[in-house]
Amino acid sequence: MSEQIEITQNSVDSALAEALAAVAGASDLTALRALRSTVVGESSKLSLLNAQIKSLPNDAKAQAGAMVGKARAALNEAFGVKEAVFAEQEERAKLAAESVDVTAAAAPIKFGARHPLSLLQDQISDVFIGMGWEIAEGPEIEHEWFNFDALNFDADHPARAMQDTFFVDPVESHLVLRTHTSPVQVRSMLEREVPIYVLCPGRVFRTDELDATHTPVFHQVEGLAIDKGLTMAELKGTLEHFARIMFGPDAKIRLRPSFFPFTEPSAELDVWHPGAKGGARWVEWGGCGMVNPNVLMAAGIDPEEYSGFAFGMGIERTLMFRNDVKDMHDMVEADVRFSEQFGLVL
Amino acid sequence: MRAPLSWLAEYVDLPGDATPESVMAELVKVGLEEEGAHRFELSGPIVVGQVLEFTPEEQSNGKTIRWCQVRVAPEGQKAADGGDDVRGIVCGAGNFEVGDKVVVCLPGAVLPGNFEIAARKTYGHVSDGMMASARELTLSDDHAGIIRLHELGLDPKVGTDVFEVLSLNESAAEVNVTPDRGYCFSIRGIAREYAHATKQVFRDPKSNAFLVHGEGFDLKVDDQAPIRDRQGCVRFVARVVKGVDPTRPTPPWMVARLKMAGMRSISLVVDITNYVMLELGQPTHAYDFDKLTGGITVRRAMAGETLKTLDGQVRKLDPEDLLITDQSGPIGLAGVMGGESTEVSDSTVNVLVEAACFEPVTIARSARRHKLPSEASKRFERGVDPMMADNAAARVVQLLEVHALGEANSLGAEFKLPIEAKPIWLPLDFATELVGVEYTAEEITATLHEIGCVVATVADGFEVVPPTWRPDITHKTDLVEEIARITGYDRIPSRIPVAPPGRGLTKRQKLRRLIVNALAASGHTEVLTYPFLGAEANSWFTSESQPKATLANALQGDAAQMRCDILPGLLEATKRNISRGLVNLAIFEEGAVFLPQAKVAASSLMPVGNRLPSDQDLQQLQALIPNQPRHLAAVFTGARRSQQVGLAAEQYDYRDAIQVARIAAQAVGLELFLKQASPKGFHPGRTAELLVLGAHGQVSIGFAGELDPKLAKDTDLPRGTAAVELDLEKLYAAAPDVQTASEITVMPAATQDLSLEVDLGVPAAQVLEAIVEGAGNLLENAVLVDDYRGANMSEGKKSLTFALRFRAADRTLTQVEASESRDAAVAKANQLFGATLRA
Repeated sequence: MSEQIEITQNSVDSALAEALAAVAGASDLTALRALRSTVVGESSKLSLLNAQIKSLPNDAKAQAGAMVGKARAALNEAFGVKEAVFAEQEERAKLAAESVDVTAAAAPIKFGARHPLSLLQDQISDVFIGMGWEIAEGPEIEHEWFNFDALNFDADHPARAMQDTFFVDPVESHLVLRTHTSPVQVRSMLEREVPIYVLCPGRVFRTDELDATHTPVFHQVEGLAIDKGLTMAELKGTLEHFARIMFGPDAKIRLRPSFFPFTEPSAELDVWHPGAKGGARWVEWGGCGMVNPNVLMAAGIDPEEYSGFAFGMGIERTLMFRNDVKDMHDMVEADVRFSEQFGLVL
Repeated sequence: MRAPLSWLAEYVDLPGDATPESVMAELVKVGLEEEGAHRFELSGPIVVGQVLEFTPEEQSNGKTIRWCQVRVAPEGQKAADGGDDVRGIVCGAGNFEVGDKVVVCLPGAVLPGNFEIAARKTYGHVSDGMMASARELTLSDDHAGIIRLHELGLDPKVGTDVFEVLSLNESAAEVNVTPDRGYCFSIRGIAREYAHATKQVFRDPKSNAFLVHGEGFDLKVDDQAPIRDRQGCVRFVARVVKGVDPTRPTPPWMVARLKMAGMRSISLVVDITNYVMLELGQPTHAYDFDKLTGGITVRRAMAGETLKTLDGQVRKLDPEDLLITDQSGPIGLAGVMGGESTEVSDSTVNVLVEAACFEPVTIARSARRHKLPSEASKRFERGVDPMMADNAAARVVQLLEVHALGEANSLGAEFKLPIEAKPIWLPLDFATELVGVEYTAEEITATLHEIGCVVATVADGFEVVPPTWRPDITHKTDLVEEIARITGYDRIPSRIPVAPPGRGLTKRQKLRRLIVNALAASGHTEVLTYPFLGAEANSWFTSESQPKATLANALQGDAAQMRCDILPGLLEATKRNISRGLVNLAIFEEGAVFLPQAKVAASSLMPVGNRLPSDQDLQQLQALIPNQPRHLAAVFTGARRSQQVGLAAEQYDYRDAIQVARIAAQAVGLELFLKQASPKGFHPGRTAELLVLGAHGQVSIGFAGELDPKLAKDTDLPRGTAAVELDLEKLYAAAPDVQTASEITVMPAATQDLSLEVDLGVPAAQVLEAIVEGAGNLLENAVLVDDYRGANMSEGKKSLTFALRFRAADRTLTQVEASESRDAAVAKANQLFGATLRA
């Protein structure tokens, strides 16, 4: 049994002062923790004083307990504060040691990209999905009947010769690479019930040599609506809505009379492109019109009961003036830098 | 079509300050799109000069030049460039005489090609201007000598502005004429449209000349083989003009108009026929009357007949060709090109003028068959006003009289089929119902009158007979377009139609997007390639026996097949990128491939347009179309990750190719299974067959692995290049419509590692399958973590280590239970593959 000290205010204060001095003198966390048993633990003076309380007479226990308890609390607090300060310092040192040059952070995984032509088709599709339209597709090797005859292209009409068609050998197979996405309109009319509101994006082919503005393989998007009471006003409204989503709220459209075998009346479509490089201007965008009754009849739809409108534009052309792509070569050469500059958005 | 402005102005009023640009801006409103402005590329002082004297001087190079004194302004007056009235000019030409009036380009003048005239030293003199040839002024190809104005029948005053004398101020507006508007291939048509656009009065040039009676010329029209029951010749008017002087000059204003209209001046008689064609849209032809043998018969060609056309080519004729013949045989391919034997020449005295109207299909086919798209055929294909033959013949006769000093003769002939006037019924409200603009009855009548229709108002609508120059108007919707176009498309209001509720993207469309987006988001770059391949490349990955779709008119003969696989094109793209220094590549493409079910063959099935084919015909049409499944392919080469701070470089390999299939399968809710395989084009030991579990068992969807090293070498790609190609249609078909959830249990898991020794040839994937099967439902997850071969292993064996995670849904699993489950797994692997537990 160790030496007994009388529990007085003096002896408690002295023990506390001694312990506090020891805590204050600790130079780091290790030193502080080493003090734990001697100044805080069971062998510390205050603990010994505390242990003696139980042997005091009952009437003295309360007063002695309060004195010692107060001192122990003060010591514990001082110890805790000191410990927290050291812990904080240590963590700070660790963080400093762990610092890296984040500006040199490596990229563990490479980024990929969508091709802007396919991305743009998705983006345009979403505009029309949002209007309740559906997306229709069709084959790229197509039968002439779908590509021409059903679309009111007479076999001997100059409009057919103007299409610069790729023919599958033998020519008498009547198979062609579709020259436009319009055969999908015919297919949609054959497969679906009226009313029909479909958008047909896809790849098409014409015998143009590749240059800065032409490519034998390109993409179009066409829209077709067949319903009761559709007029050119609905055509115009649809195109205007489309233009605003593609080119911003200030975009507008203009129709000019034109000719397509599958529409009557027909129009060329210009769009006012507020964000055009070099200043807002009108840009030729595509063609449109009211579906020719001959086309409706080819698809078994009564032109006396239903009317419809159709429109179409080139995806490459749209990308060229919307995103300032200057040369067709960039779109067809599969150079990864072209796709990667866009990433996942246009 | 190019419309010279002065010509246009004869038939419709143009504003005084009209330019080609302002004319085009008006024409575009009625549907004639701007193509461009045309002008003589000349400027500056170009004046009439008179040669006062010249001295021939022989040069050391053997050439003789003339040192000339040329008066360029009336005596005592300043010349147009502010200089002296007489200039010394060195001239290389020797075709002029003293006293000739010539064209002098004074210093400051600019000729085509930005050729600026200045006083400069040459051949020992200061040449103070230039005397011009017709070619230098772009008037013709004539460069034999300088222009002598009297040869053009001109005697202007010295110093006069040559722009006026030779009509060099002429300019033209060029517009694109759509195939339905054949009549706009004429000044008559353009003037009419300009009148519509500006509401000016149109003066019809048909009234320039009227045909006088002619008879006695032997003309037969005998079409024994009409195409589509339509007679090949609708009209034929012939007139003789006698005593012409074909050597007379074409008047300069006519040369300038022809030039601006895009036609070369050839000779007076030919120029006149071209001029009338441009003016009225009616092609005309002039025969040397004295070279004709007997009368003219219009008929179809007979087998074996030939014709030497004006361009000197001998053409083998087809029985569908419509011919102009005389007793000597064919003398012209009707509506396309005349023959050489009856061509007019400098010695022609008497001319037979032809103005005929031929049926479009006959002419279109002949022009295409003989690859002879002439100015005449272009017009006939689109439809020529059948009422214009008389006026055109009369106009040619008139111009021959005035300019070639010929004399109209009463010898002539006419053939005329009746022109049917079919009225079109146009209901009163139809235009409004189709266009969405409230048109009044008055407006409709007035507009249709304006374009030349005869309109009868009947109950609830109109009966409309379109004008003869508008064969394109056959239906009431054609009339509506005219009404909408003439009254202006800008009147059309804007309304958004409400579509019925849509179903969004189809499953296939959604899955496609998920896959390509997942790939792009995980480090792959989408590219697009042309689907054209050479025969060899198209068999790199696909059997030779697979029928191919081949193009009859490929742009490049060595790439005439439609691809059976995406990979060959993607390999080409890989090579292109590498050649541009982009060597670390993970590229993919999604697109159609073309797999005909059988050899593509001729088919007689061709339903007519504008009528719904029978169900049977439609089915047959569909059956003729080759299979065109959409595929997904990717190619990898170079570094998956290049060296970076704290990260070592990693190379792409076959695993990246397989991962594409995993991503695609995962994106659509499927698990991918692998089988060792050695398909065409791939490394035989480093390639996996890709399988997914469909509703009817496992489906093979494609292959992934390392490219066959020989193919890599042949295509200049690095050894180790990895590739994958899979059939998305099969993937889509297997993809679940709805994913079924598994319960997520929260009881603690027990994990164990398991090492099994098996023969080297046993695929790890199959051992894993055996483990999963043997362990039963306590096994939650099993992953292959190591494939060890070499030291400490028996000969021909390998050790496969799997990390297993066990869990029970309802209780904490004991190690004993986990071990029992593991032992069952080992037993199964042992049973199937002789696998033994490695200590």
